[in-house]
Amino acid sequence: MDFEDTPDEAAFRAEARAFLEANAERRKPGDVEGYRRGQDTPGAIEAAQAFQAKKHAAGFAGIAWPTEWGGRGGTPIQQVIYSQEEAKYKVLSSVFGIGLAMAIPTICTWGTPEHRARFAPPALRGEEIWCQLFSEPSGGSDLAQLRTRAERDGDGWIVNGQKIWTSGAQYCRFGILVARTDPNVPKHAGLTFFVLDMQTPGVEIRPIRQMSGSSHFNEVFFTNVRIPDTMRVGAVGKGWRVALTTLMNERYGMREAPGPDFAEVFELARTIELEDGPALDNAAVQERLAEWYMRTQGLRFTKYRTMTALSRGQTPGPESSITKLVAANKLQEIAAYGLDLLGMDGVAMGKDQPIEGLFEEALLYSPALRIAGGTDEILRNIIAERVLGLPQDPRVDKDIPYRDVPTGARG
Amino acid sequence: MNFDFSDDLKQLRDEARRFLTERCPTATPRRILEGEAPYDRALWREMAAMGWTGAAIPEEYGGAGLGRLAVCVLAEELGRAVAPVPYASSVYLATEALLAYGGAAQQAAWLPRLAAGETIGCFAVAEHPGAFVARRLDAQATDGRLHGTKHAVADGDIADFAIIAARGGAWLHLVDLTGPGVRRETIATIDPTRSHARLTFDAAPAEPLPGADSADAIRHILDRAAVMMAFEQVGNAQAALDMACVYARERYAFGRPIGSFQAIKHKLAEVYVALELARSNAYYGAWALNSEAAELPIAAAVARIAACDAGWLATKENIQTHGGMGFTWAFDCHLFYRRAKLLGLALGSSREWKHRLIAELRTRNISALAA
Repeated sequence: MDFEDTPDEAAFRAEARAFLEANAERRKPGDVEGYRRGQDTPGAIEAAQAFQAKKHAAGFAGIAWPTEWGGRGGTPIQQVIYSQEEAKYKVLSSVFGIGLAMAIPTICTWGTPEHRARFAPPALRGEEIWCQLFSEPSGGSDLAQLRTRAERDGDGWIVNGQKIWTSGAQYCRFGILVARTDPNVPKHAGLTFFVLDMQTPGVEIRPIRQMSGSSHFNEVFFTNVRIPDTMRVGAVGKGWRVALTTLMNERYGMREAPGPDFAEVFELARTIELEDGPALDNAAVQERLAEWYMRTQGLRFTKYRTMTALSRGQTPGPESSITKLVAANKLQEIAAYGLDLLGMDGVAMGKDQPIEGLFEEALLYSPALRIAGGTDEILRNIIAERVLGLPQDPRVDKDIPYRDVPTGARG
Repeated sequence: MNFDFSDDLKQLRDEARRFLTERCPTATPRRILEGEAPYDRALWREMAAMGWTGAAIPEEYGGAGLGRLAVCVLAEELGRAVAPVPYASSVYLATEALLAYGGAAQQAAWLPRLAAGETIGCFAVAEHPGAFVARRLDAQATDGRLHGTKHAVADGDIADFAIIAARGGAWLHLVDLTGPGVRRETIATIDPTRSHARLTFDAAPAEPLPGADSADAIRHILDRAAVMMAFEQVGNAQAALDMACVYARERYAFGRPIGSFQAIKHKLAEVYVALELARSNAYYGAWALNSEAAELPIAAAVARIAACDAGWLATKENIQTHGGMGFTWAFDCHLFYRRAKLLGLALGSSREWKHRLIAELRTRNISALAA
């Protein structure tokens, strides 16, 4: 039992390090990444695209993809090793996440050879960025309840409706869209999966101002948007099956929550004075810190267990399903407790606060992380049903036509 | 990355699970609960015959030489089975103390008998309610004679010898419990499937363990034991979760299995989360123990804190999932609940280990540890 790479893994890691050292800036100790903080900087997207092109040329884009998709034909453990190394550098790869981790693998799995040839190479090179058009105001956790309609029109489809929580819609070239093509069958059976060119007339993007004040998400409205039938992925009415491939990839690729973690709150406790002396001498503070350290290390070693299975060529167990649930809750707790330690001064925001005000920022963005990519409640359902084998809830809407499903909102 | 047990150890685990499923169903700890005997002597002998009691003892002393990772694997299975045997006392504690700090003659005298399971050892620390602090020890050895009282010593009434934390020359002393000057009184505990005693020493002959020349020796043995016990706690918690899931699938209320209600689902999902954190941290402890890493005090504390959390949550929510039947003597839920709290107090409570963890982290460079 050890943490060592195999000789092949070590060679690959060295190759990845050499590439990164030559092409990216290393993070300094104490650099903490806020939630999508980097995306707000002007020129950040262009810089990310330039890096992605180099990454592709060096063979580090689509590492675990088959060569037919334009990938490296490498292994999942190589992908994990590269990501571990890349995380030590100031690189904004997350803007390509939806395309490379979710959209393109889904299209390559379910689409035609023409789809693959058209979409995979520019995505790998960073030239075309992708977004996800799944969630709607009336379909979040219950995604299959979505209302956006696609109606047949000759050799194409006419789409009307609205999507929400679309990251990066402003700079994305394409989106993956799930729309209702038949309201007369049960909800899961009436959906179809499309690729949408975001430059099509009738697509309107409106930024959402989040509770944190930033705007990383959008609403996307469709008014008589025409999609050629050649942009349909999978059969008509099989969109739910196709979308599940995307959602599985989303959960698989889920990363830990960015922001202040154990090391930051520990450092804060070292410097803050409480009633009876340094916070780090206070028994109550020590107990909270110890719990977060235990959870931080627990996630770290859970990841190593998953990596070990990949390294041995085995399918990882379900243990990684705990990661986002634990990380998002821990982040919110640490953000709030960091402010508690600051006391009355905790209300102040700005770069001159401890760790450049990240505790305050995280207080305001951390609620998003408990919701995005599967809410805490949905994740607990998934663990209970798929890992522990508990029965599904009875679903009152399962076998009735979509148009007859009761909704709380207006029709 | 090679952060898992080897195929050989997984095979040992499978064999252990098969053996204990057959030989130690919950009827076995129940017989001890009902007061038939202080422990299952026949089970202990069979375990010894398979080499489990000497798993970590080198072959030159008659052990199986399988290493401490093998003890971790076996501990998890014993926890799952709520096995009524003195494995923790004899293997995690007494054996480790002799291996770490015993003199050559002490090792030659006691290790072969421990390996063969003919002799049972125990480890006695606590004297008063409250946290264990070495400098507050009252027990004192003077000129080879021990005076003092030790409370709630696991297996104190059945062990042949004890390793005692006391002042005087060394910080750990070996006492033959069958010799003069020793009074043992069995005490009632929250988990009668594991026997405990109060030990009183009045000029009992005691030999210092020569290597235990500082109070850190006591902590070091507790660190080692905490890792192995974390696996026992994980096994116990896993068994309780499994039991709750089976019941939640089979028990109907309001016209549907209770496991289909989110109130039950989310509760058991949280148990799963705590259990996986505990398992991953126990692996960390196993790595530190096996590689004799300088991180052992940190890894042991983290493993211990996570295992105490998971054990408590899993066993109390198993009772809750069973409703009123979970509170009966007849259902097995209380076996896991009692054992979880017993293991959570042996070696000191989670609260004590949290303070110890932070004290250790303060002496180190956190960013280096987190890398």
